[in-house]
Amino acid sequence: MSTSTATEQRSSLSIPGGVGEPVLRPDGGAKVEGSFEFSSDRSMDGELWAMTLRSPHPRARLVSIDTSAALALPGVAAVVTAQDVPGVNGFGLISADQPVFAVDEVRFVGEPVAAVAATDPETCARALDRIRVDYEILEPLIDAERAIDGSFESIHPDGNLIRHQRIVRGDPDLQGEVIVEGTYEIGMQDQAFLGLEAAVAVPDDDGAGVELLVATQWLHEDRRQIASCLGLAEQRVRLTLGGVGGAFGGREDISLQVHVSLLALVTQRPVRAAYSRAESFLGHVHRHPASIWMRHHADRDGTLRKVEARFVLDGGAYASTSSAVLINAVTHAQGPYRCENAVVDGYAVRTNHLPCGAMRGFGVVQACFAHERQMDLLAEACAKDPVELRLMNAMETGDRLITGQRIDNVAPVARCIRETMALPMPDEEAGDHVLSRPGGAGLTADDSMVRGVGMAVSIKNLMYSEGFDDFATARCRIRDGRVLLKFATAEVGQGFITIAMQIARTELGLADVEFESIDTDVGSAGSTSASRQTWMSGGAVVAACRGVADQILSEFATTRDLDRASLRIEGEWISVDGQPVATVAEAVAGLNLEHSAEYHHPATSELDENGRGDCHTAFAFTAHRAVVDVDPDLGLLRVVQIATAQDVGRALNPLSVVGQIEGGVAQGLGLAVMEEIIQTNGVIRNASFTDYLIPTIADMPPVVISLVEEPDPLAPIGAKGVGEPPCISVTPAIVAAVDDALRRAGRRLPPLARVPIRPQDIALAGHDGSTATLAS
Amino acid sequence: MKRVDGECTLTVNGVDHEVNGLHPGESLLDALRERCGLRGSKGACEEGECGSCTVLVDGEAVCSCLTLAASATGCSIVTVEGIGGSSRSDLQEAFLRAGAVQCGFCTPGLIVAAEALLRRAPEPSVDDVREGLAGNLCRCTGYGRIVQAVLETSEERRNGR
Repeated sequence: MSTSTATEQRSSLSIPGGVGEPVLRPDGGAKVEGSFEFSSDRSMDGELWAMTLRSPHPRARLVSIDTSAALALPGVAAVVTAQDVPGVNGFGLISADQPVFAVDEVRFVGEPVAAVAATDPETCARALDRIRVDYEILEPLIDAERAIDGSFESIHPDGNLIRHQRIVRGDPDLQGEVIVEGTYEIGMQDQAFLGLEAAVAVPDDDGAGVELLVATQWLHEDRRQIASCLGLAEQRVRLTLGGVGGAFGGREDISLQVHVSLLALVTQRPVRAAYSRAESFLGHVHRHPASIWMRHHADRDGTLRKVEARFVLDGGAYASTSSAVLINAVTHAQGPYRCENAVVDGYAVRTNHLPCGAMRGFGVVQACFAHERQMDLLAEACAKDPVELRLMNAMETGDRLITGQRIDNVAPVARCIRETMALPMPDEEAGDHVLSRPGGAGLTADDSMVRGVGMAVSIKNLMYSEGFDDFATARCRIRDGRVLLKFATAEVGQGFITIAMQIARTELGLADVEFESIDTDVGSAGSTSASRQTWMSGGAVVAACRGVADQILSEFATTRDLDRASLRIEGEWISVDGQPVATVAEAVAGLNLEHSAEYHHPATSELDENGRGDCHTAFAFTAHRAVVDVDPDLGLLRVVQIATAQDVGRALNPLSVVGQIEGGVAQGLGLAVMEEIIQTNGVIRNASFTDYLIPTIADMPPVVISLVEEPDPLAPIGAKGVGEPPCISVTPAIVAAVDDALRRAGRRLPPLARVPIRPQDIALAGHDGSTATLAS
Repeated sequence: MKRVDGECTLTVNGVDHEVNGLHPGESLLDALRERCGLRGSKGACEEGECGSCTVLVDGEAVCSCLTLAASATGCSIVTVEGIGGSSRSDLQEAFLRAGAVQCGFCTPGLIVAAEALLRRAPEPSVDDVREGLAGNLCRCTGYGRIVQAVLETSEERRNGR
């Protein structure tokens, strides 16, 4: 094993399909043909189907469960409840506070109570109907503030406050010449990946272990939690990645993994399960809804002096990653701007809402919406252009977070802003096509349409934080002249496999690269989240390939009686002092080589009680500009264009980077204008794609992109993660554009302060001088 | 449980599949996936909102999750597995080349829907593509590369390639 952090300059010789090229994804052919196997496409001989019974109440005492009628139904093989969980009846990424099946009390609508295995899905559904559960309904905790002030009884043995973190920097009493403040609301967003949760569990021949094929983001962490719940040693639980139909954070937590594994062990038969869309909304965590108060202090010229903030994140019934999401939110409160003074408080709380955890942007989406709305307020208060205000405060390498942490990465914030604003604007007039107007085909606006422009900027941490060593592992082998890569990195659609193959070609000078099954037969890769796999698993692949390259060159030096130090791989060639002498393919003929490597990022630390500490690993920056058309009377809007310049370090695959940016923009647009899970008294109202809307092709405007490529010396090959940054500042940019349009329409309004924007926020705003609230 | 009496045949991609004992409410999507073994068509919403299950029934693009399997007997059904004939179609190649595929779960439905669009409107404008594919959700790509793939295919076909 070895560790590599060095960035090496490559010569101009290159290999087709190497790093930097728009290489096509190796699984793409099967995906366009329909032959790619997703986790929901796998079936086994002799399989049973599984289905889960879920609580209809946000909070209730579980009085009794009677499964006898379900068990008596022909075709039912097993019914399991909490008493059948052989290990710890609790799981969770950070604390094991969520039961596999509820005991004593249910805490959210959708909490699993029992699961059945039967011959087919129809029989499963009829069996669920026959399980008798007596609930004693309890008052749910739905007001996050009551979880903070202690006025509501504890709804979980771990208490109602999941985490509080304070950050104090510089002079907490400093008063600025200009002060602006506001309170901002962010709705609960769903990852809405298209490929629903699905898995197949197969018991081992000896009945004492289980093999699971599942769509997930982190095989080894799933294995740890499953083994704990089943009371098995980890090696008795093996996981293979099933085809993953998108993830976006929603597959980082356990959903059906333990249920199907348990049923496979109980029945000693293969067990298959697949969620419906309605069940998926209940079965995975969501983006935290947040309420954020911020007050900014600045000099009269707009120089930022102090940020004050109070964050309240509703974590729902179980902790999941709430404490880490909170830390991301509070540590990004200043945005990508220099700010020497701060007083920030953040609370992540437990309620009887749906559990919240990871979603693309992970706390920073919420923080960015608040600080960017504040920057617009500050610009207005200082009579400054909003772009100018941001430029004069823009962070650079060497500046510090409010935690005291120095930004050591390249930090081209000003360049991102300038390049974004320099990108071409759209045509001045909306087109004639009905889809070009706010409201689209169903609700066409009249000629009172007004255009607006807004922009916003973000900073996003990359990789895990607070002392967590989220290392990645990779193995590289040479067999018959081919490169075989092995890693447990979850390919969820983002394209890591493509990047890994490109890295291997460039590092080894061999064109023929394949990858082996993605499973737990190799060390952990960490999670496909936090924009970390290009950096982390990419770093591990670089190190594994360099280990093999060293063996190739040493062997070549010995065979040809050459000085090892004079040899290098350049393109497809081995060169001696820069002169190509043989192809790598010739040199590896007949050789069997292998090297495994782990990549670790530099250690981070936890925050102290005043929020001081170098808790993050690395950072990336992005700016967005939005152009919108708004019909102020009908409250309709259409996003006309998004422009963005993103700090990517180095684009290893420009086609993949563009795909990440356009896809991230769509999700940020969704949060801005349509996406929100609605809960009334703890009951979800829109668990379907009819009622929870995500952007269609008709909602998406053109995205014009500038890749800011300043290779980061701290990254393994200069490349930063690009997954999360595209979906963060696009949301406040769109909201700023709507405000701009409303201003141009002559409305004198308080700024829009919540997402998603609803028609009533536009159409009814300002009639009485305030933003209207309608019963939802 | 009630079953549809008698033998039923679904003609999919030119091949007859005997599908006996259909449930009365069984969707064409379930029958294709679980009885015919054609798992290219995907289910992601079960209510006609996402388009992942799009197939052609007598040339018409439909959501197979909303189509009763029994009602499709005697029809010519084309799924993503049959859209390109024996090899990948120009449209499938264009999706791959343009970067229109990420996780790929929506891709089969989009391929079928886009092929239906191009047969209906061989030279679509950008707005025609947006209108024609508005029933197919994609969560990964943001749709930009999908528009490009369809327009490129249209141009290739116009140029007789």
